[in-house]
Formats: sequence, structure tokens, C-alpha cells
Amino acid sequence: MLAFTLRRAVQAIGVMFAVGIIAFSMFRFAGDPINQIVSLDTPAAERAAVRKSLGLDDPVPVQFVRYFADAAQFKFGVSYQFRQPVSTLLMERMPATLELAICATVFAMVSGILMGVYSALRRDTLLAKLFQAVSLIGISLPTFLIGILLIYLFAVTLGWLPSFGRGEVVKLGWWTTGLLTLSGLKALIMPSITLGLFQMTLIMRLVRAEMLEVLRTDYIRFARARGLTTRAIHFGHALKNTLIPVITVAGLQFGSVIAFSIITETVFQWPGMGLLFVQAVQNVDIPIMAAYLLMVSLIFVTINLVVDILYTVVDPRLRATVGRAT
Amino acid sequence: MSVGRTLFAATLAGMLALTMSPASSQTLRYANQGDLKSLDPYSLNESTTHAHLGHVYQGLTARDKDLKIIPALAESWETPEPTRWRFHLRKGVKFHNGDPFTADDVLFSADRVRNKNSNMQTRLAPNVKVVKVDDYTVDFVLPSPNPILHSAWDVWYIMDKKWAEENKAVEPTPVSATSPSYASLHENGTGPFIIESHQPGVKTVFKANPNYWGKMEGNLKEIIFTPIASDATRVAALLSGEVDVIEPVPIQDISRVDASPNAQVLKAPELRTIFIGFDTVRDELLYSNIKGKNPFKDVKVREAFYKAIDIELIKTRVMRGLSTPSALMIAPELFALSKEFTRPKFDPDGAKKLLTEAGYPDGFEVTMDCPNDRYVNDAAICQAVVGMLARIGVKINLLAQPKAQYFAKVLKQGGYQTSFFMLGWTPSTMDSHNVLNDIMGCRDDAKSSRGEANLGGYCNKEFDAITDKVLVETDTAKRNQLIKQAYEISIKDWAYIPLHQQALAWGVSKKVNLPQRADNLVMFHWATKKE
Repeated sequence: MLAFTLRRAVQAIGVMFAVGIIAFSMFRFAGDPINQIVSLDTPAAERAAVRKSLGLDDPVPVQFVRYFADAAQFKFGVSYQFRQPVSTLLMERMPATLELAICATVFAMVSGILMGVYSALRRDTLLAKLFQAVSLIGISLPTFLIGILLIYLFAVTLGWLPSFGRGEVVKLGWWTTGLLTLSGLKALIMPSITLGLFQMTLIMRLVRAEMLEVLRTDYIRFARARGLTTRAIHFGHALKNTLIPVITVAGLQFGSVIAFSIITETVFQWPGMGLLFVQAVQNVDIPIMAAYLLMVSLIFVTINLVVDILYTVVDPRLRATVGRAT
Repeated sequence: MSVGRTLFAATLAGMLALTMSPASSQTLRYANQGDLKSLDPYSLNESTTHAHLGHVYQGLTARDKDLKIIPALAESWETPEPTRWRFHLRKGVKFHNGDPFTADDVLFSADRVRNKNSNMQTRLAPNVKVVKVDDYTVDFVLPSPNPILHSAWDVWYIMDKKWAEENKAVEPTPVSATSPSYASLHENGTGPFIIESHQPGVKTVFKANPNYWGKMEGNLKEIIFTPIASDATRVAALLSGEVDVIEPVPIQDISRVDASPNAQVLKAPELRTIFIGFDTVRDELLYSNIKGKNPFKDVKVREAFYKAIDIELIKTRVMRGLSTPSALMIAPELFALSKEFTRPKFDPDGAKKLLTEAGYPDGFEVTMDCPNDRYVNDAAICQAVVGMLARIGVKINLLAQPKAQYFAKVLKQGGYQTSFFMLGWTPSTMDSHNVLNDIMGCRDDAKSSRGEANLGGYCNKEFDAITDKVLVETDTAKRNQLIKQAYEISIKDWAYIPLHQQALAWGVSKKVNLPQRADNLVMFHWATKKE
């Protein structure tokens, strides 16, 4: 067990290192950051001085080693555009992104499960068919389009919800939250729906399929034979067994919700990490781009590692085979 | 499914209950596509930043709504001798923290703006001596006459010496610093607004300065600035009344904003000139099928290219009418004799003939470098040019890239790696000398900064000699004649193909009255907002 955990941890570090190499070499082709730092009519001598002060004229391997040594201590350097430490900027923006990701996941789970259960139990009703149609839209429409459509409907035409930003936020220590003010809650609605729609569709389809599968199993038939109420059978037995794969998928999807929030944050001008990343790409702000990529891969790797370990804890069959088969 | 129904009903009820909270009057909400990155007035030489900081900081001079130079922190100035400028400072002006404004602050700002970490070093040459005569008089002693010394000083903002020293902000934040300096997160200017809170990239709140020395023309008590990078969201925020002013409005949305009941688009020609240039230096082009010689060294080829471009078609089709075709490399607002120049006519047959005379009856192939996220419809303009040149047999391979990659390739530090390109330029001094020197001067002298942005390397010694005379000529009429001569030489050489000045497009709520300045600086101390 310990050997397995250790091996997985070493693999995770290997993945992080590979991401770092890819990210770092990618940025060599992202353009010259000096052009973004200084104006067009800045003399060449001044540009050269800036380049030198940032260490950009050192050989690539030197820059790479320096970067990794700093990153291991959570020092990601200073943003070229904001002239502030990247770690400070990311910490400032993290609450916005996490709050959005959590709200989107909760929205996806609640409505996905409800819609999934309903369309499994009442397969032939009009509403179930409507849910199926909605799920098709959720799968096939790109996020930015959904976001813009929502903005035009609810912000421009109806004027109910704000089209951008986080509204008023309340500070709790270093964390900022929009959950405690009316304008903050209003601002959360559309981005959460936009970001969560794809996951909702996924969960709905998963719940529906699993539910139909479970309802055909023997123990459900026996439950019926025992004379349990339909309600108890559906929610006490069928749904509970359906939820195990759903929770696994939702957990794994949380990482991609954070990563995909880039698009939603851009559309809604949501001041989170994704927006910071997009602005960094446009301005060739390499320190932010590198730190963001490393952080997202860290989130993915951590979630996967935890899931892997939990599986072995939960399922003894896996524990027996890992000795040979990883 | 009672749970689902309840949830749905609750959500719907919640949505209905939420109505937009009305904005308090005289609070103006403004969204721009770019950020306000640093509050340090010397750390970024960029016009949007200058505009924002122009609400809190002021220069010795200012520019009025028509870009005329007017007094600001200096009440008046004179030139007792051509190499000595004397500025009389305004008395009784206080910085936002209460410190009085005196000559020491001007001397301090002159040092700071020329610091190695300043991005505004071009505002004041290193060899200019700044002398304090008394507390309210400052002399600038120049090595040679310069009639446009103060032309870019409206955005050379004066800082408080005492405040900077107390807060260890004597130098602008170096780009390699590991922590931001005090001045990049705080301000202490003399201007009509005070920054109340500033979250870089998120929101900045400006409050009217109750102790402002001047009289503010507008009636705003508060400005809330939010960057909104996405075009569609920015327009939606204006249409839904969540913001009062946006800049810019994308061209394709202009008619929609104008059709809406609560907003309109203010349009005017901008000062930036968009132009096309050729590599005329290399003996063989880097990106062409012609080997062993450079077709662009032949003036006939350049003339052919110029005449093959149908500028009116670009205006009507690509720019949807929102451009002003230009005969010069500078906007007409910035050069008094512009009217004496007209653009040569579109003449594809003549162009084809010229190309044949030059020895390319079947045309040739060349790569064109073009940015695709820098100017209004930049890549679309280049595509139009490709089509027009195809008609005279020239095959253009278009390389349209984001500005980061584009500038890295074509600018000096990228080795001017281009054969044929499109670029835009606004002279920071609002004066022709900058154009003649920076983008049309010879770049063969490595020590001089002449021609550093001359991507094609056009070079004519006679032209450069006139440019040098322009720099020191103090008589305006004579100076204008010299500038005119210089432009005439470059036109005779078909040195560049000026295309047009693109249009400014600001989206403004109908409740707001806002003067539009041609340099695209959005200045709110002139703005008034109705209830």
C-alpha cells in the first residue's frame, strides 16, 4: 500500500515536471515580452537594458533551472504587466474562481441529478424529452456562445442580471466572497450556469443511464416483490447506487471546471484566475502563464492521486493487483 | 418532482425579485478593453494609462479638447533665448495629501522621468538642464534649440518630491523588481480626481477632489472604471445600462449601439496613421521568390504597389466608412499644411504598366507581415491589399499574427525581419518631427536613435538633412515649410503607402455628455451626466 502510494506520488511529480518543461518551452514561441512592457517608440538601448534586468538574455537552460528552483518555493516571479508578484495576484484571484467553480458544480450536480432521475423514471413524458433536448444543447453549444446568449437575454433584453463582474464582494480575511451580498449572488447566476451546463448535461446523462441500468437489476425486482413503496425503491435503493459513479465523475470534473473557467471568466469579465491567464497570454506575461499552467496541472494531478488512493482503500480487488499491474 | 419544481420556482422568483439597482447620479461607470496596470505615471508609456492617470495627475502643460497646448501646473512660459525655456508655476496648488506644489517637485519629476527605470525617458532629453530660479520659476536649459520641447508634456505628470521620498518611490518600479513600489499602487497628484480604491485588472474608483485648484467643467462626483476585455460583453454592459461609457466599440456593433434607445457611438478620426512599408535596404528580400535583387529598391515597383491599392474600397468595405484615407504619414490634425497634399489616384492599369517597365511583367511573390489584434480590422485590411495586388500579378503570402509575435519579428530587436508590412503610428509629440525621424529616417547610424521604428529602412540623406533642420527651426511658418519639403521628398520616392486614419468609436450613454479628443484619451473632467 505504501509502495503503491509512493509510486503514484513519484509519477505525479514526473507529470508536473513534464508539464513544466512543455510550458516553459512553449513560452519561447509566445512572442517577445519586452514589446509588451515598453512602448513602440522606446529606443533599442533601453529595451536591451530591460531584457537584461529580467534575465531574458541568459541561455534557455539557465532560465529553466532558475524558474524551477523558484517555482518549488512557490515563487513565480513578478508579472510583467502588473509589476506585482504572481503568487499574490493568483491568491487574490483564486477566491473568485473557486467560488464560481463550486457554484457551477453544485448547480450541475443538483439539476443534473434531478433531471437525470426524472428522465429515467418518466421516460416518455414531454418534460423528459425536453430535458434530453436541453442536454443535447448543453453538450453541443460552445461555452462562450451560451454565455453571450444568456447575457443578451437576461442582461440586455430583460435587464434582470448584471452582464459582467462579481458585484459587491465581502472580505473574509484574504478570501473575498460574493455569496453574502445581493449583487454578488445575482452576478453568480449566469456564469455558474454557463460554466456548469456542460457538467450538468454529463451528469444528467450519466444518472439517466445508470438509473435505467439499476432499475433492471434483481435487487430492485426483489424490493418491489417485498412490497416497498415506489418512492423508497427509487430514492432509497436505485438512486443511492447510481450516485457512486456520479460522484467520482463530478470529482474528477472539478479540475476541468476550474480549467475551463477561462472562457466563462472572459465572457463575464469575472475577475478570477482564468481571466488573469487570458490577459497574460495576450500580453505575453510569461510568469503568470507558467504559474497558472503549473497550478492547474497541480490541481489535476492532486485530484487524480487522491482518487487513485481512495480507490485502493475502497476496493480491495485493486489492492491485490497493483503489485503487478501498474 | 416537487423538489425540482420548488427549486425552479424559487430561482424564478429570485430572478424576478432582483431588479437593477439604479446608479446614483454623477457616478459614471466606464469600461475599457484594457487595464490600468500601474498607478506610477512613469512606468508605462501608453495612451489608455495616460488617460486614466490624467484624472489624478497633471503636467506643466495640458491639451484642450482640440489638442491645443494650454497651461496647467505652469501658468505661463516663455523662451528668453532659443535654448532657455522659463516656466512660471501656478501658486497655491496642493497635492492630494496636502503638500504644496513647488519648483522642487518639477526638478524631482525631471530626474525621475529620466531615471533608467522610467518608460517615459523620451519626454525630456538627458542633456537638458533643469534649473530652479525661485520656488515658482523653473528654467530648462537646452544644448540646442527645440521648438517642440513641451509638446509631449501634457502626459509628463508632476509628482510630489516629499511624498515619493517618504514612501521610497524615488525611482519608478524597475521591471525586474520583486515587489511593487508604493507609487504603483497609490497616487498623489494635483488633479481633479483622487483614486479611492484600485484593484489592478478588476476595478478602480475615482472620487472628485474637493480641494481641486481649478474649476472642473464636468459634474461627476465619482468614476468607477472596470476593464472588460470581451467585445460582446462590453457592448452588452453599455446597452443594459450597467456602464455609461465604453471604449472602444467594435466596428460591427456600432449600428446596433446607435439603434438602441439609451446609448450612442461618438465617432471621429483618430490620430494614428495606418500605413504599408517595404524593405528597401536588403540586397535580396528575405521572403520573396525574386533572388539576387530586391524589387522594392526600384521606385517604380513601389509606385505600382501604391497605385494598385483602392483605398476607397478599403474604406467602404473593410472599415464600413469609418476611416479617413490619408495622403501623408501623419494625421491632418497634426500638420497645418496637410491640405496641400492629395493622395495619388487608384490606377490598376498604370500600376500594371509600371510593374512591366520595372521588369516584372508577371509580377512576383512576397510575404506580407501584418498584426491581427492591434489596429481596427488590421488583418482584414491586409487581406484586401492581397486581393488588390493580385490584380496586378503580385502574389502576396499573408502572415497575419497576434501583435506579440508580429512585433517580435518586425521591430529592431527582431532584426527587422520583414519584406512588406503594415504598421500604425501616432507621433507621441503630436508633431511631424517624430514621424520624419523615427519611422522615415535612415537607420544606418547604429549610435543614433534615428530610424529605429523604420521597419523598411527607407533612407534618403537629403530628407534626413531637412529633418535635422526641422528639429531646431523655431519659426513656425518656416518650420512647416521644411516639414512640407520633407514629405514631398518621401512622396517622390514612394517611400511608404499611407492608408488611412482609423476612427475612434466610443460608446456613450445618452445621459452623458463627453467631449471626444482625437488622441483617444477619454477625459472625464469635461464630462457631465444628467440625472
